[in-house]
Amino acid sequence: MTVNTALYVRRKFRSTLFLGLAVGAAVFGIIWLGFILGALFYNGFTALDPKLFTQMTPPPGDDGGLANAIAGSLIMSSVAVLVGTPIGLLAGTYLAEYGRYGRFAFYIRFINDILLSAPSIITGLFIYELVVVNVPDSYFERACSGLLGSNCFMGHFSAVAGSLSLMVIVIPVVVRTSENMLLLVPNGLREAAAALGAPRSNVIRAVTWRAARAGIVTGILLAIARISGETAPLLFTALGNPFWSTDLSQPMASLPTVIFQFAMSPYEYWHRLAWAGALLITAAVLTLSIVARLLQPKRS
Amino acid sequence: MADTALAEQMISTPDRAIAVRKGGTRDARFHLLTFAAAVVVLLIFIGVMFALVVGAMPAIRAFGWSFLISTAWNPVTEKYGALPSIYGTLVTSFLAMLFAVPIGIGIAIFLTEICPRPLRRPIGIAIELLAGIPSIIYGIWGLFIFAPWFQEHLQTPFIDAVANIPFLQTIFAGPPYGIGLFTSSLILSIMILPFISSVTRDVFETVPPMLKEAAYGLGCTTWEVMWRVVLPFARTGVVGGAMLALGRALGETMAVTFVIGNDHHIHQSLFAPATTISATIANEFTEAVGDLYVPSLIELGLILFFITFIVLASAQIMLRALERRAGGVS
Repeated sequence: MTVNTALYVRRKFRSTLFLGLAVGAAVFGIIWLGFILGALFYNGFTALDPKLFTQMTPPPGDDGGLANAIAGSLIMSSVAVLVGTPIGLLAGTYLAEYGRYGRFAFYIRFINDILLSAPSIITGLFIYELVVVNVPDSYFERACSGLLGSNCFMGHFSAVAGSLSLMVIVIPVVVRTSENMLLLVPNGLREAAAALGAPRSNVIRAVTWRAARAGIVTGILLAIARISGETAPLLFTALGNPFWSTDLSQPMASLPTVIFQFAMSPYEYWHRLAWAGALLITAAVLTLSIVARLLQPKRS
Repeated sequence: MADTALAEQMISTPDRAIAVRKGGTRDARFHLLTFAAAVVVLLIFIGVMFALVVGAMPAIRAFGWSFLISTAWNPVTEKYGALPSIYGTLVTSFLAMLFAVPIGIGIAIFLTEICPRPLRRPIGIAIELLAGIPSIIYGIWGLFIFAPWFQEHLQTPFIDAVANIPFLQTIFAGPPYGIGLFTSSLILSIMILPFISSVTRDVFETVPPMLKEAAYGLGCTTWEVMWRVVLPFARTGVVGGAMLALGRALGETMAVTFVIGNDHHIHQSLFAPATTISATIANEFTEAVGDLYVPSLIELGLILFFITFIVLASAQIMLRALERRAGGVS
């Protein structure tokens, strides 16, 4: 019996070569990502300063901090999460409990997954058309100014518009994770509760929600992480504001838009502030994702 | 006997009947509430489409289909065309996929086959964390760190090197600006790399070990197992994951806006500045004046929504099919 040594050598060589390339790909990827984080931490830490948290964004050539942008980001993200989470959780509950195999649930799931990865700049345009654009004497605007008077948020850039555009991003994230987490709850639990005579709504609220609590919190944290770096939708909804403002009906600053504006400027000091802001956002996002990961239940 | 009588008596107690009826109405109310929340998701989707069409209407009326193929972009004469933006969007995404897909699959192969077991989880987690870093971070890094470095160390020597090669000298011509179409593609590819590799790795892990073991039993090398068994089995999932990443790349705004140069001309050179749909919108929206400027930008958004919808919908359909199959196998 003859052994075709050349063939074996060739196959062995091919295997080693391509696996070597795979290792190379991994090293290459990790080097770039390390390069990015390294640059971010280096430039961010050298720009860190207590003033960041106490002073407002400065005009060119002046000293200042990022206090108004940090506050703006916190306010708008909180409003978006507070309003978006219940809607997302309830819709996720519908998909996991009531709709499950229904046709309507199938379409909602499909649409939700599209919204989940749709470009965020589209969200901004949507809210711009819905809230910001000034249609004189429209029904909504009359109702808005009738109810809120000078606090009406429609017809111009406002923090409400910013929060709404972030909310549109929060909802699909929460829907997806809550549905997934509710589906992980064993049916035996639901059946046991139903056998005790509990109405279905009580089963869901007292049993399945409670069993899936950790997972649902994970989803909310991921949603916060997702919106804390969103820039595009805020550019033409909340706009920005160089002063301290907590008025939701007025334009409001946010970290990402300030980073965008400052980084694109020619001023050295603004660049430093942009790096500091970028570091703050990354630190927040990484912390949130790590906490979310620790809370996440194991996949069965 | 006595028990049955007791049970019957309990059931017929008015209190209990009321409780059951109350539970029923509360049930119906809660059902309706969750249903309404699901409808909100639907309304958002319809609202997005509706708002974009309404907002773009003046531009659609003024330019018609020629908007799609016109290269004009002149706020003074109010002539707008989408072609340069569409071209930039498609070319940057295509180049980014060209770089990121092979490397992303390589990383997935490394993670599932080569990496020592104790390192798999930490490296996998690191890659997933990187997928969560906001795009503005990639943008600011690209503008301040990568573009100058690229300009000095790669672009200049490269332009000199290909100066006399017929085809390459055209597509890599021009002064080394640092920023431009090619730089944007590179940054985009780094950004979507974690998406591709984490989806691909997840799909690779659904391949039944039996299949791999059978191939090894026949004497296949590791590479042959990957190339002939794992990849064909995981094909739908890998393509679906890549489409998801493509959806990201097409709509990515901040990572690109910083480094593309915002130039509404189509240049032959890939090193030249260009623009994408999202970069145009982000750069010009708040400064747009005139009756047709904002509608034109919104029509660009509508085009982007349409393109990403098709890409994301196909990704969904592919990944769904895979999920069904995985459900059938296990």
